[in-house]
Amino acid sequence: MLWLRTWKLGTKSLALHPLRTGLTMLGIMIGVWAVIVLTAISQGASDQVQKQIESLGSTTIIVRSQKPTEDKLTGMGASKYGLLRSDLEQILANVPTIQNAIPIREIRRQFTYRDRVVDGRLVGCTPLYADVNQLVIRNGGGRFITDVDEIKADTVCVVSAGVAERLFPYEEPLGKRVTIPEHTDKYKIVGVLEHRNPSAAIGGSLDSQDFSSDIYIPIRTLRKRIGDTIVTRRSGQFQAEIMELNQITLQATNQEQVKSSAALIEDILAPTHEALSDTAVVVPLELLEQARNMKLMFLGIGILIACISLVVGGIGIMNIMLASVTERTREIGIRRALGAKQGDITRQFLVETIVLSFAGAMLGIVVGLLSLPAYRTMIWFVRNTMEEKFNALPAAIREAEPSIVYWTIPLAVAIAVGVGLISGLYPAIRAAKMNPIEALRHE
Amino acid sequence: MSTAPYRETGNLGVTDGSGKLATSIRNLTKDYVLKSETVRALRGVSFDVPEGDYVAIMGPSGSGKSTLLNLLGCLDQPTSGSLFLGDDDIAIMSDDELADIRSQRIGFVFQSYNLIQQLSVVENIQVPLYYQGKLGAAERQRAVTLAERVGLGDRLDHRPSQLSGGQQQRVAIARSLVNDPLFVLADESTGNLDSVTTDEILALFDELNEEGRTIILVTHEDDVAERAKRIVRLKDGMLHTDEIISEQQRVAARKAQQVAVEELLKRQ
Ligand SMILES: Nc1ncnc2c1ncn2[C@@H]1O[C@H](COP(=O)(O)OP(=O)(O)O)[C@@H](O)[C@H]1O
Ligand SMILES: [Mg+2]
Repeated sequence: MLWLRTWKLGTKSLALHPLRTGLTMLGIMIGVWAVIVLTAISQGASDQVQKQIESLGSTTIIVRSQKPTEDKLTGMGASKYGLLRSDLEQILANVPTIQNAIPIREIRRQFTYRDRVVDGRLVGCTPLYADVNQLVIRNGGGRFITDVDEIKADTVCVVSAGVAERLFPYEEPLGKRVTIPEHTDKYKIVGVLEHRNPSAAIGGSLDSQDFSSDIYIPIRTLRKRIGDTIVTRRSGQFQAEIMELNQITLQATNQEQVKSSAALIEDILAPTHEALSDTAVVVPLELLEQARNMKLMFLGIGILIACISLVVGGIGIMNIMLASVTERTREIGIRRALGAKQGDITRQFLVETIVLSFAGAMLGIVVGLLSLPAYRTMIWFVRNTMEEKFNALPAAIREAEPSIVYWTIPLAVAIAVGVGLISGLYPAIRAAKMNPIEALRHE
Repeated sequence: MSTAPYRETGNLGVTDGSGKLATSIRNLTKDYVLKSETVRALRGVSFDVPEGDYVAIMGPSGSGKSTLLNLLGCLDQPTSGSLFLGDDDIAIMSDDELADIRSQRIGFVFQSYNLIQQLSVVENIQVPLYYQGKLGAAERQRAVTLAERVGLGDRLDHRPSQLSGGQQQRVAIARSLVNDPLFVLADESTGNLDSVTTDEILALFDELNEEGRTIILVTHEDDVAERAKRIVRLKDGMLHTDEIISEQQRVAARKAQQVAVEELLKRQ
């Protein structure tokens, strides 16, 4: 009741100086806005990263070949590095907690069909690849490569949705033959895949992996028809690179076994690969944990920035209230002379700061909630007007969907009102402690 | 309605002068302790004010008039001595108790009106009731009645800045009456006003006193003081003289002032 009637008084005084009141609220408003928007963006980005990592699988261990630094490669001629087929055999023989293993060889190649050309990635793999990566065959689009294909080392292939669209815009790809001009080989299409989302980056690259221009063939076919040596022409010179496998995707029997298996694999690879450091073991589960830590860090930074601006807002409130107390010394004297207790005066000024900060917080929430549609509109606009630049952005930004972390809203309001209370307390007490006679004499 | 402690209309709920004391002052002293010195503003003042009295406090500047009035108004506490309002000695009260007394038993009229700028006439009049925790329709009605009583019935929602000095002082007087006080204190309340307006305000005080209201006013003008029933003179913080004004003197003072005002009006 006391607070209620003081409330009317406070809003009245604030309404008397709308510009000043508005400017004072601005600090709090920006603080609350910052809390909501920063946490929403960091939540959105980390959701995205998390989804990508999860698509790699939580029991997965990825062993990849990586190019050693120049000085470690043996001088002239063909450079040989990376995973060996014998590595796979050793791993399978010595790590009992591995249930699936897929050797993968990837080569950048051109694919042609009649006069159409697509730059893409020729991926040699085993039938299990489809299960582990949750590939989906397009409805009525055939099948993935099978054990029979693998054993016979057939020249069959499965094309990704992207390749299918670009090579066969008007035709049914199934049964057609894709040519790889460099090897004058033709591969018969036995399956067409659905679109596959990019998954998290592995092995040092910032960008996520894109699968939209992949063609999958049995790895034995690749070995037989193309071999391990890849010759590329770089600045007029031919360079040969010899690599047996680009990647081995392994699956542990369960999540608890992932880390110990990975450690064991590193030990197995060490004797042959440590010197050149041409292999890397990546554990998506660990990436996931890193991503979680990253998200916490983002949240922390967001809240820190928000707190700073709330503190600045609080200082603004204190400043205004101190000025207001001085300006209204006479009024305080009058009220005291007419029966206001010290508590009444304190309450009057506190209500004003609470109203200020609460209204500021409410505005911040409204603006914060409106920012997300605004952000989406902006992304949409950039996507449609500057497509190339947009596509150059990291996927985490391109595809991140800010999502509001709802518990930050009451938190921000609580902090804002707390800040208002704390910064209003000193001016309010100062006002109440004034000697009424001296206050009355104030001009 | 039935809980209202004052009468709604009529003579504004004045208690009749049945010989009770509105206030009683005994050996009152007030020292202001400054860094370099101690100012002894009051050095032992004693006198009584019965209910229904009309006292003018006079004395040279710095003689302690305002100090005494502030003590009577419970805005400050004495250094020693006692000051009774009814049966309560304000010398031993807490700050909150003093605030309660101010809102319930004292009417204050200041030289510089001291209205709250952001409140309307009616709201200003209601402020003492507000601090009693009373904010109902009855309170508002009482404020309106008082505004009409001081001749501002047509300016209820005006702000102080829209009123003349005399009108503002009328609002202040209405406000001083709203809590049906034990006495009305006025510190040079006509000091800022021209003589025509002064006469109007003093006529209002005269009327209030005739209705039985106790009035204590500070002035340094003889013709103002002579309209009172009694003049208390201070000198150097002590009671100098305490004289009763005869009825003839009071009538004469009022006449003289009226003549002066009429002449002034004629000249304009
Ligand atoms: N707050 C104060 N601090 C110090 N001295 C004061 C204060 N108020 C009044 N005085 C001193 O007390 C004496 C009486 O002042 P006051 O009561 O205002 O006299 P008057 O109203 O009769 O002119 C003066 O000497 C004045 O300077
Ligand atoms: Mg004075």
